Amino acid sequence: MADDETFRAETRAWLEANCSPEMRTPMRSEKDACWGGRNFKFASDAQRQWLEAMAGRGWTVPDWPSEYGGGGLSPSETKILKEEMAAIGARVPLTSFGISMLGPALLKYGTEAQKQRFLPEIARGEIRWCQGYSEPGAGSDLAGLQTRAEDKGDHYLVNGQKVWTSYADEADWIFCLVRTSNESKHGGISFLLFDMESPGVSTRPIKLISGYSPFCETFFDNVKVPKDQLVHEENKGWTVAKYLLGHEREMISGMGLGGSAGSSLLSEALDVGDDPLLAADLARFDVDALAFQAMSEHFIDKLKAGEAHPAEPSLMKYAGTELNKRRHELLLRAGGSDALEWESERSREGKTARDWLRTKANSIEGGTSEIQLGIVAKHILQLPGA
Amino acid sequence: MLKLNDDQQMLLDTVRPFMADEGRIETQLRHWRDKGCPDGFGHGLWERFGQLGLSGILIPESAGGSGLGQVEANVVLEEIGRNLTPSPFLTTAVTAVRAIEGTPHAERWFPGIVEGKTVAAIALDEGPRHDPAGTAMEARRSGNGFTLNGSKQFVVHGRSADFFIVAARSGGSAGEREGITLFAVPRDAKGLELENVTLADSSKAARLDFDEVAVDADAVIGEVDGGWNLLRRALRAGRAGAASELVGIAAGAFAMTNDYLRERKQFGREIGSFQALQHRAAHLYSEIEIARAATLKAAQLIDEEHGDAERFTAVAKAKAGSVARLAVQEAVQMHGGIGMTDEHDVGFYMKRQAVMDELFGRPSFHARHLGKD
Repeated sequence: MADDETFRAETRAWLEANCSPEMRTPMRSEKDACWGGRNFKFASDAQRQWLEAMAGRGWTVPDWPSEYGGGGLSPSETKILKEEMAAIGARVPLTSFGISMLGPALLKYGTEAQKQRFLPEIARGEIRWCQGYSEPGAGSDLAGLQTRAEDKGDHYLVNGQKVWTSYADEADWIFCLVRTSNESKHGGISFLLFDMESPGVSTRPIKLISGYSPFCETFFDNVKVPKDQLVHEENKGWTVAKYLLGHEREMISGMGLGGSAGSSLLSEALDVGDDPLLAADLARFDVDALAFQAMSEHFIDKLKAGEAHPAEPSLMKYAGTELNKRRHELLLRAGGSDALEWESERSREGKTARDWLRTKANSIEGGTSEIQLGIVAKHILQLPGA
Repeated sequence: MLKLNDDQQMLLDTVRPFMADEGRIETQLRHWRDKGCPDGFGHGLWERFGQLGLSGILIPESAGGSGLGQVEANVVLEEIGRNLTPSPFLTTAVTAVRAIEGTPHAERWFPGIVEGKTVAAIALDEGPRHDPAGTAMEARRSGNGFTLNGSKQFVVHGRSADFFIVAARSGGSAGEREGITLFAVPRDAKGLELENVTLADSSKAARLDFDEVAVDADAVIGEVDGGWNLLRRALRAGRAGAASELVGIAAGAFAMTNDYLRERKQFGREIGSFQALQHRAAHLYSEIEIARAATLKAAQLIDEEHGDAERFTAVAKAKAGSVARLAVQEAVQMHGGIGMTDEHDVGFYMKRQAVMDELFGRPSFHARHLGKD
């Protein structure tokens, strides 16, 4: 405990010295986030300095081993760092699918060479990753994917199409599920890593109902992928995919917290005018939001203690995304016709309405709510198969 | 850490089998109901609580108790909820103990509570809805003490109580927090009339009528006109405890239902294989987990005397209440016809939930106030 207190004092002093005032202001949207990568344009020097300072200490990934670019911190030190960052409103220095999704999978299933090659550049924000999972014919039934990877001796030849690839048009590399065998549905999938600049890769953004285009269609036409970029064994990619999905669901479930834990109550923040039914719904929402906040804390503490059920991320993803959709429904209702302005300065180009529509994808991406409920029913409740 | 520590887990490992055995429906709730027991619970079991150190769970070790906190009391209450075990634990060992601790009344009543012999009851509500600030019962100064006039209802375990903790108004007017005084009124006070009422869940809750009931100054708990703080402290413990009991009720009803989904066959297969039921079951499970986490959070904050304790206690009572309601409704529906029979236990859960939902404030009360009142 004494060590923890020393660590806290040192961390506080270091953050005080290295986190500029600009990096202590809240992010207004995903656009303010630092995503890193070969083509990333830093919004300011402050953003670049903050990333470099944090990456220099391995604190973009504080709990990864230091030999792979992490901070090598213990769970309690990691918690202290997060608390101290939250205390001064410090921004996350790097938002990255490499950190939240691929990294944990590589730490578990990667070869030593793969870890040394890929993890440090993820930690430093040098390579931006995207996820090639869904296909036009494989959404909820993800394991039905058809993108083929043929064995050509020293490399695989990849052909096919992915969809809902988040930020594929801005990513440097992709982690991608491909079919290497038709003998078995789940047992014929492999997990490949490759450069998005490889010949034969192309992307096309998909415009959503919100007007935003966070997703792409991604096409592979005779893409050559060296064999040493296969993670885990051939035809065992589903194991990696499921492990990674657990991490993705944890990340998405954090949306239920509405950006920052302990944020103000909607019932206090919003003007309900003379609408008692809205007031009642806000009160009910606040109860559910605070209860979910407790659940998130409980879930994280169980994860750290190794006591969480493997299917519990599904529960968190389901509850968190449904809650976030409710939050935005209420924000829209409370805003009245102001909230319906789509193109105007007053509405910050329709932020309320666009964000509201964006959240509708939360309960679809990363596995629909119905898929999550099915997983809970099967693996936790042990209900019989249909 | 928002999870049970090793000692709390050990307590759970002891209490769970104890309650599932000695506190089970067949030998407690159903047994006493069918016998027409006027107290609605077994004094023998209450003494067993004493032997195991449970009735004195919140009482300091210096006074013979176990010296534990709200988290531990809630561990016991979740098991009480799961088994629908009738006992004065919530009102006496949790709420009343928090009302009188640190006052001279503690010395008088703690020894009997530690032994599992004394029963206390909270006489607070005056109308059909919980409204502590609305307390209107009159406490008129007279001579060295006070004279009480008015009526109380929903006084859980009133008939069995050795004493009542009574909230009355010595100053101010209904709706104000100031001016409320708490009194410890003995069972045999002159002018106190008691009507023993059986509730829907076959528990007992009295209606009390105070007609010129004279009490000495030393009947006052805490400060004259300053009862609100003690009342809040007691209600916070009672509400967090009730939330945990509701989580137990939800979990008990859910466990019974999930077993049924796996066993019951229609159309040649288990009904739990139908997706319509699977999704409802998984949703309910997720809600119960959330309610339990919220309740644990409230209990921890109470034990830390944290500034957010009031708010999270309100969240816990509101969330656990709503979730338990969903749980019992789904339980009865998914059991189909058998769930409508008195022979099956699932209906007991529905009845108990309705009572616990009202006790110390229903979900809408707490959602509206969120600990501000």
